[in-house]
Amino acid sequence: MNYRLGVDVGGTNTDCVILDQQGHVVAKAKRPVTSDIITSIRQGVADVLGMSRLPPTAISHAMFGTTQVTNAIIERKSLNRVGLIRLGAPATLAIPPLTGWPEDLRAVVQQAQVIVGGGHEFDGREISPLDREAVKRFLAEHRGDISALAVVGVFSPVSSDHEVWVRDYVAENYPDLPVTLSYEIGSVGLLERENAAVLNAAVTDISRRAAASFAEALSAAGIHAETYLTQNDGTLMSTEYALRYPILTVACGPTNSMRGAAYLSALKDAVVIDVGGTSTDIGVIRSGFPRESAMAVEVGGVRTNFRMPDLISLGLGGGSYVRERDGRVTVGPDSVGYRIVEEAQVFGGSTVTYTDVAVRIGAARIGTRAPSVPEELARRAYQEALRLVEDGIDRIKTSAEPVPLIAVGGGSALLPERIAGVSEVVRPENYDAANAIGAAIAQVSGRVDRIYAMAGRNREAVLEEARVAAEADAVRAGADPDDLEVVEVEEVPLAYLPGNASRIRVVVVGRLRVGAAQ
Amino acid sequence: MREIGLEQLLALSTGATLLGTGGGGDPYVGRLMAEAAIRRLGPIRLIDVTELPQTGLVIPAAMMGAPTVMVEKIPNGSEVRKAVEQLERVLGQKAIAIMTIEAGGINSMIPLAVEAELDLPILDADSMGRAFPELQMTSFHVHGISSTPMVVVDEKGNSLLLNTIDNKWTEKLSRTATVVMGGASIIALYPMTTDQARRASIPGTMSQALELGALLRDHALPTAEKLSRLLEKVRGHVIFHGKVVDVVRRSTDAFVRGTATFAGMADDEGRTLRLEFQNENLVAMINGEPVVTVPDLICVLDQETLIPITTETLTYGQRAVAVTLPCADVWRTPKGVETVGPRYFGYDFDPRSLTPEARS
Repeated sequence: MNYRLGVDVGGTNTDCVILDQQGHVVAKAKRPVTSDIITSIRQGVADVLGMSRLPPTAISHAMFGTTQVTNAIIERKSLNRVGLIRLGAPATLAIPPLTGWPEDLRAVVQQAQVIVGGGHEFDGREISPLDREAVKRFLAEHRGDISALAVVGVFSPVSSDHEVWVRDYVAENYPDLPVTLSYEIGSVGLLERENAAVLNAAVTDISRRAAASFAEALSAAGIHAETYLTQNDGTLMSTEYALRYPILTVACGPTNSMRGAAYLSALKDAVVIDVGGTSTDIGVIRSGFPRESAMAVEVGGVRTNFRMPDLISLGLGGGSYVRERDGRVTVGPDSVGYRIVEEAQVFGGSTVTYTDVAVRIGAARIGTRAPSVPEELARRAYQEALRLVEDGIDRIKTSAEPVPLIAVGGGSALLPERIAGVSEVVRPENYDAANAIGAAIAQVSGRVDRIYAMAGRNREAVLEEARVAAEADAVRAGADPDDLEVVEVEEVPLAYLPGNASRIRVVVVGRLRVGAAQ
Repeated sequence: MREIGLEQLLALSTGATLLGTGGGGDPYVGRLMAEAAIRRLGPIRLIDVTELPQTGLVIPAAMMGAPTVMVEKIPNGSEVRKAVEQLERVLGQKAIAIMTIEAGGINSMIPLAVEAELDLPILDADSMGRAFPELQMTSFHVHGISSTPMVVVDEKGNSLLLNTIDNKWTEKLSRTATVVMGGASIIALYPMTTDQARRASIPGTMSQALELGALLRDHALPTAEKLSRLLEKVRGHVIFHGKVVDVVRRSTDAFVRGTATFAGMADDEGRTLRLEFQNENLVAMINGEPVVTVPDLICVLDQETLIPITTETLTYGQRAVAVTLPCADVWRTPKGVETVGPRYFGYDFDPRSLTPEARS
């Protein structure tokens, strides 16, 4: 009795799936997301459990992917009031923290901030000694009005000593105050890393609430499983770990779909397209994991630099409006969304959607009625949608070679068999539940992404040090220490910097340790 | 005189990125610093070269070193003021204006980011008309002006006064000091009389960056119209329409060198553009033949938005239009070519240009 439950809470639907020990889909269920979220989770879990005919006790692991953290930031709701300590004076004073934030978000999050002596140079020397007294004063003064603390030190990806000291001091003196250290979340780029750390601190409470609602939904169904959250690189965090780095759950939805697509198709390297009702996400999997974006990523209008899947999002989905104006045919970017089952012609409505044109030209069989859209318009609209898709695929690819395309999501049935730049279109079974399956099959990862000063050191020794640190991170996140595999080693010499500093990134993944999350 | 307020900064930074010809450092951090300065002190005065008084001291200021360091170790904010004040003290004279040495990239912003008290106008001019990687690559150098006395400061309060026998020594010594200071410093150098500034600077480059940036950011204009207006304004030319099919980068010493290959589209279908860069774009070759080289500006723009693409952000699949803007006249002189021509960057050929007057 060792079944896994995967739950993906998206913008429109909550998808649930149960996998057996071999990873086969036993049952799947879909429920529209309710405003309180927990109701739809409870319903979905009850549905899928009922369909599986398994006793609740058969579920040993439950994996959740959720947009709740993302939504809290976008909607500026339920966020913590954050205290920020920046370690870097006399450097960095020219740009105060949270510069460039949307005013409404800053007003909700910003409570108190201070820039004190500390931080490092690119080669690990101290800019100035850590001003411990100033840190202590700040905490003593503001403990009453902040509910989370973010700490960012200049070049902490090179040397985290000063950030770690602050965490240790807080743990000893203010054990109830949650602390986010920037070096654990982002890489070089002080302002972006600071933003990511502040956002992470700001979603402390909402992530606790989300975790509590998952626990409640499980216990309502009588399930006593170990619970995990999926993060945006496609791996799992134990609940305890997720509560420290909740910001890592941002954008986990598309990642779960991509991981699910890789799993269902048994392909490791491919382009993945996830076509929904409103939008389409196109990403790349490399060794089974989503490729990460190298660019600064905005979350809720805030510039950050923490890792995110490299995605192209198109305003194209099954419900996209088809229009003709001045001889030009457009598809999307707006959509009838979930109202497709009433408004699309194939369901008896009067709106021409992407689905209708696909059915009209015989590319798909969906709905209850034949669409009345003229064939010529349908053909041109279908071509236009294909052009958008081909363009997106071409932009996300890293070489001119044709690559396999894995098509998932409910709307992927509309895509044709032949697509430019694609060697074959792979349509796996259960493609419509790829997101929940991606959550259910996720492994645990650990990583290191830091700047190492290489001068006077053996390169092998530096890489080994990084690997050991990444493995320790994976074990902390709930991995079995005896089943770890290095999936990525990246070494980038830093431009313009003499003295051989390199940014080294190591990612390891591992199987879940039995009895990991308590 | 014109004023630079908060509304102009984004346009200026876009224009500066264009003039950065692929390099020059992302103006982002500089823009945030300038924003903070304008919020505190009000709009910045930008004066024309013709508005300079008959006599007086003009001091150029800039950042030196790795822009990568500056995005992490953000300046204190007082460096420019300190550097200028120390140079004033050495010379026993107050400056009447400050200016940038480089209108391309982050250095367009550095003289604007003065935190207080230094109540001086910014001269609408620079000494490159674009971005270049070394301190002697200036019109001042071509005109025989010494880069020293020069002051190098860091955020901690350290400062260094240099007096050198020539401008290449200045480059070497100040770069070494900059590394010790943590990889980035603020410098004040090439102090000069208003007369020298009139004669040796490249006038109008800051307002040019502003206007070009405003044009590129004009969302109301259709792309084709925007592009033709841009080319008309700067007397520029399209080099190539194409899609990036390959990017190779290698880190040499302190610079990123690399090559981007574009497959032709539209009129350039079937042809290949090979773009070589060292931080900045150096040489554009079509089907193996160099067509544009330094000192002319080679800029890669996103095909749809016309927002400049830097060498750091070039990636496979981008559809782009490569354009060239003619360089300042000073770079067509023999000393100009010697200082920044393709041979200085290790190529075995003379400058190539699509600008008619350059080929005469």
